[in-house]
Amino acid sequence: MRFILRRLGFYLIAFWASITLNFLLPRFMPGDPVSRMFARSQDRMQPEQIQALRKLLGVDDRPIWEQYIDYIHNVFTGQMGVSISRFPTPVTEVISSQIAWTLLLGGTALVIAAVVGNLLGILAAWRRGGAIDSALPPVLVFIGSFPYFWLAMGALYLFGVVLDWFPIRHAFTDGLEPAFTWEFIGDVGAHLVLPALTIVLVSIGGWMLGMRNTMIATNSEDYITMAEAKGLRPGRIMLRYAARNAMLPSVTSFGMGLGFVVGGALLTEVVFAYPGVGYQLLNAVQGLDYPLMQGLFLTITAAVLLANFLVDILYVRLDPRVRSN
Amino acid sequence: MTTALLKQPTQTPAVRKPNRSFIHGLISNKKALAGMAVMVIFIALALLAPVLFPGDPSRITAMASLEPSAEHWLGTTAKGQDVLALTVHGSRSSLFVGLTVGLASTFIGILVGLASAYFGKFIDEALSLVTNIFLLLPGLPLLVILAAFLPPGLGTVILVLVVTGWAGSARVLRSQALSIRSKDFVAAAVVSGERAGRIMFREILPNMASIVMGTLLACVIYGIGAQAGLEFLGLGDVSTVSWGNNLFWAGNEGALLTGSWWVFVPSGVCIALVAFALALINYAVDEVTNPRLRKIKTPKTTPTNTERSAAK
Repeated sequence: MRFILRRLGFYLIAFWASITLNFLLPRFMPGDPVSRMFARSQDRMQPEQIQALRKLLGVDDRPIWEQYIDYIHNVFTGQMGVSISRFPTPVTEVISSQIAWTLLLGGTALVIAAVVGNLLGILAAWRRGGAIDSALPPVLVFIGSFPYFWLAMGALYLFGVVLDWFPIRHAFTDGLEPAFTWEFIGDVGAHLVLPALTIVLVSIGGWMLGMRNTMIATNSEDYITMAEAKGLRPGRIMLRYAARNAMLPSVTSFGMGLGFVVGGALLTEVVFAYPGVGYQLLNAVQGLDYPLMQGLFLTITAAVLLANFLVDILYVRLDPRVRSN
Repeated sequence: MTTALLKQPTQTPAVRKPNRSFIHGLISNKKALAGMAVMVIFIALALLAPVLFPGDPSRITAMASLEPSAEHWLGTTAKGQDVLALTVHGSRSSLFVGLTVGLASTFIGILVGLASAYFGKFIDEALSLVTNIFLLLPGLPLLVILAAFLPPGLGTVILVLVVTGWAGSARVLRSQALSIRSKDFVAAAVVSGERAGRIMFREILPNMASIVMGTLLACVIYGIGAQAGLEFLGLGDVSTVSWGNNLFWAGNEGALLTGSWWVFVPSGVCIALVAFALALINYAVDEVTNPRLRKIKTPKTTPTNTERSAAK
């Protein structure tokens, strides 16, 4: 319980740090980008909306402490202002309409990469010097060396343009009504293949190598020798004795991977024009939509922190050593 | 450095072999050799770029979207620029930014890690807290936000990449420094009244040379990849020629949809080759310093047993 509380405290501090960063950025950046934004879009807004945005972004004559307290209050009550590029939709509404797509894309890719990568790592470590162990790691490391977005571009070109197997843009075909019909789900699935595939390809090597290296250490433990001496089936020793104990670092990486899901799919989303938060973040940057940018960054950070906290709770369940201290 | 190398075997005789065998192991390691060969080629290309392709590489020299031919080995872009010239010149900015970011983030990592490990207590708590927060904040969105608020330029790109990249190296180096901090020779140095700076940089640092090198390589890989990503999003300095910007323009000019694969393939392959070469060297450093990961020489007889004795 103390462990959990400590972690919770840490995440709260981290969240506070990101709020503060968000607060400080528009206020202390040279060139006053916020004024430029107002100059561009002033005529479309109501006076009170301009006033609210000025407060949020610090174009404001009040003392900085008053602004700060006001800002934190706004964040926790969900008042993030209105989006400039999708005027007059509130920022929170824009984000909530998009986060599901990111979770779908990133979650699918993460689960596939983690499961397959870990299994390959287990097999590679179990048969050291075997086919999987000697051939796959270099190939996967090489694939992992490519920039995400470049592999995505390659996949888009090869499977989308040349072979025309999969759709190349958006999350579902234009004009199709989102609904729980087989037609729509199949369409979403087809749009998901290419972006998810590229993320899986790039990230699978990390999972495999991490698992392989921990498992090699685990394989030299005495209880493995003991299990062999008892005459247990190799498959049982591999999965129940060695792999199970080598899983812990992978659980931690899974937490970090969840963070990657929300933020890191950005490049892939941009290449495939996939309507997730990352794609929206870039649009916000290009449209000088500072309120939306800030809202998206806070949402992404909050999601990452929450994911890590959940993994910590899971960790306590999995590792008795954490509980006893 | 040489004194440190010579000092090492006497300080921790049981734990590590002398560093000369580390360098020897690295040179006789195939992975390291392959990686270093690729890096030498790329560095030579970057240095020779003005000689090989004189003049501004982004000037328009031919018809638009030409396929690779004898005249333009890698074809031309949708604007009519020579892709080979762009790619060769691009290596300059990409390698420079990668190296700068790598060195700067490793340097900050060393400072933070050593200070954490040496002083401990409150300083360690505070530095670890900051490191962990930076590790946890999602890197790419933070990059994008920072790049959006700062004025565009090469300096911004480097600054932003260092801000988001130092924390990983700090954490790795801290844990290594912590384990060396608890060794007897450090305690002896403390008792003999050596200054803190001297203990940190002359006693502890030389003993983690291989980890520092691994961290540096990882940071350079990160720098090159992240720069390319940032520039691909159009958040770098669009006027410079670099691999990331080449890809940005390729995407912008619709090279994918018109089927001009030769425009976006070279820069991406170059990034991957450099990253792979560095990863190979990094992998070799790991293998040389961590006997458990080394290839077993006689796997035929009883692989599991030799493996276990090697691991112990």
